[in-house]
Amino acid sequence: MAIVVERKKLNFFERWYLPQIVSGLCITFKNFLKPKVTIEYPDQRPALPAGYRGAPTLVKDSEGREKCVSCQLCEFVCPSKAIRVTPGSIDSGSEYAYIEKAPKEFKINMLRCIYCGLCEEACPEKAIVLQDTYALNSTSREDLIFDKARLYAAGGTLPDKIMKWKRVRDNAELKGEH
Amino acid sequence: MSDKVNININGVDYAVKAGQNVLSACRSVGVEIPFFCYYPHLKVAGSCRMCLVSVGTPARDRQTGQLIKNEDGTARIAWMPKPAIACGTAVCENMHIVTDSEAISQCRQSILEFILLNHPLDCPICDKAGECKLQEYANRYGSGVSRYVESKSVKPKRREVAGKIMLDAERCILCSRCIRFCEEVIGKPVLGFVKRGAKTEISVYPGGGEGLNYLLNVVDICPVGALTEKAFRFKMRAWFLRTARTISAESSAGVNTTTWSRGGEIYRVTPRANDFVNGSWMSDTGRYVHLGAAAGKRRLSGARLDSTSCSLSYAVDRSVEILRLSGFAIVASAFMTVEEMFLLSELAKVCKARVYMVSHVAEDDGFLVSADRTPNMRGAFVTGLIDRYPGKDLSELAQLVESGDVRTVLCFDEDLKALGFEARHFKKANVIYCSSAENATSACAKVCVPLENEFEKSGMWINRQFRLQSFEAAVERPKGVSSTVAFVAELLAKIGGDEFSEPGVELVRRVMAQRVPQLEGCQNIPEEGMPIDGSAFSRVAFPEGPAFKYAPSGSK
Repeated sequence: MAIVVERKKLNFFERWYLPQIVSGLCITFKNFLKPKVTIEYPDQRPALPAGYRGAPTLVKDSEGREKCVSCQLCEFVCPSKAIRVTPGSIDSGSEYAYIEKAPKEFKINMLRCIYCGLCEEACPEKAIVLQDTYALNSTSREDLIFDKARLYAAGGTLPDKIMKWKRVRDNAELKGEH
Repeated sequence: MSDKVNININGVDYAVKAGQNVLSACRSVGVEIPFFCYYPHLKVAGSCRMCLVSVGTPARDRQTGQLIKNEDGTARIAWMPKPAIACGTAVCENMHIVTDSEAISQCRQSILEFILLNHPLDCPICDKAGECKLQEYANRYGSGVSRYVESKSVKPKRREVAGKIMLDAERCILCSRCIRFCEEVIGKPVLGFVKRGAKTEISVYPGGGEGLNYLLNVVDICPVGALTEKAFRFKMRAWFLRTARTISAESSAGVNTTTWSRGGEIYRVTPRANDFVNGSWMSDTGRYVHLGAAAGKRRLSGARLDSTSCSLSYAVDRSVEILRLSGFAIVASAFMTVEEMFLLSELAKVCKARVYMVSHVAEDDGFLVSADRTPNMRGAFVTGLIDRYPGKDLSELAQLVESGDVRTVLCFDEDLKALGFEARHFKKANVIYCSSAENATSACAKVCVPLENEFEKSGMWINRQFRLQSFEAAVERPKGVSSTVAFVAELLAKIGGDEFSEPGVELVRRVMAQRVPQLEGCQNIPEEGMPIDGSAFSRVAFPEGPAFKYAPSGSK
């Protein structure tokens, strides 16, 4: 049922019109003098808050070792099925052979990614980190499916405080077996 | 004596089979007891202590032998002072069992804490993660935190066993299942414990395990990731894999298997427990049958006419035309399902076509790889395709082609060129080759019809025990490949005018159940399979020797 709202009857002063224009322009001129709230995007970039969730990337630890052990939990948790991991093993000649497992290939489809951060939360090795990159664009779809090399290039190094694998190695060396 | 005993689990009365242990009695009525070392098909070791429960029996007065009653009139229970292991305690009449008390959950939590003391907790790189019992129980019964601050013990890791297993002694919880399997089932010790106390570790006897064909079963029974399969190592996490109930096509033993796949790719094949057929074991070679289907054999991926590719429907229409021209002979394959064989035998009856088959006989290992290396030779007898055990080649058919008596050969799966056919035979007769694989025959056949392989079809096979077992398709068949049932039914409908114009496995099974007396009730066969009457074929000289749960009909 429609409700009819009575329109307020304007008095003489209000019907005169000019005071309304002047008071409106006052607001406009007042804002000329106030500090600016907009920025000149994309020439200027906004300052992002801490914990901002941008593009997911892979990171290396302070020794330059790739942290990912291809447990595929990010792939499992990803709600938009943007991640595809091909697990592989570390060569026996490598210094990190005792970690046994590393991704052979790691692909994130940035077109599918919804920046929810569940992969970062699920990662037991803190190897996948959402960066503050937010405006990924390209002229082709294939170009936005990031492979392992591009993900590491975008991720860089993230110092690891716990160094869990180093402790495993140190313990093994200490006990002298292995 | 009755074969049932009355027991009371957590205050609820049950009647369970006598003679079993408390653990299986509880499982049979749906009460869960966690366990690591117990395995239904192996002897009891009682080493993990995870299955501790409180047990007691009604108390009796020592003088009179009368039952002692509580004040409220109920029988007083004399509980054992300490918890007992459910796997090593047999049920008895009026036994009372408690599995859900505070004390028992404290036991489980403490045992888990003890087992986890030196466990490396490397689940992210462990292939067992997702199907690991330690992971499951730590989640369900564990305390969630560790009080252990000392450094963990160090044991050998990444040790290869017989070239097909990776042993990680740090992950081992010393349940001894693998040791018992090797001793009791294989009959040859391969693994054993060395050192003592906290330093006890699992190790391999020198040269142990080489050449054994059943060793990979230890990977399946290992409750943790101490023994993992090398071929499956770091291939895919268990939770991504879709399972299908399949039957091994390796031999006529009909080993029940589970096929694990993701996105149409098969990652592994593991045994599925069936007490009537394979216990819970399978051969190592049987696990890699799918690799042959994927790599060794080249896939016949599209229909061809005179070596030029064409559409599937055109190839089928041309096959019908060729088959209508003259009398033809059928070369059937013992890899076909009972449904397909039944349709083919109907086609043979309608067209009065002679049916030939080929035997694939190799050495019988007396366990789960039988002499007949085809899964369904008995299906051919039951559906009436053949009535005597086939020979090793098709020289008889080749002679008929040579003399011009047979002008068309409808061949399924078999490679005619390896079985006595020469190039001149292919010139004299039209060969319609229907299979999933390319071979020398497909290269010179008149028509090639691509069909699904044994992992892509569902149906039934009859194993050496005349047990009818059904299986599911593990993966979908590729585009442009026909279902074998649909293909044979179409031939039958177009040539014979039979009623299978709208074919489907269900319809075929219904008709089959009516027409073949042995297959009555084949529409719903139970999970463990259905034994059928094979007495009509007792005179057939089947090649299988006596083996696990199987005695040849002559030697009974």
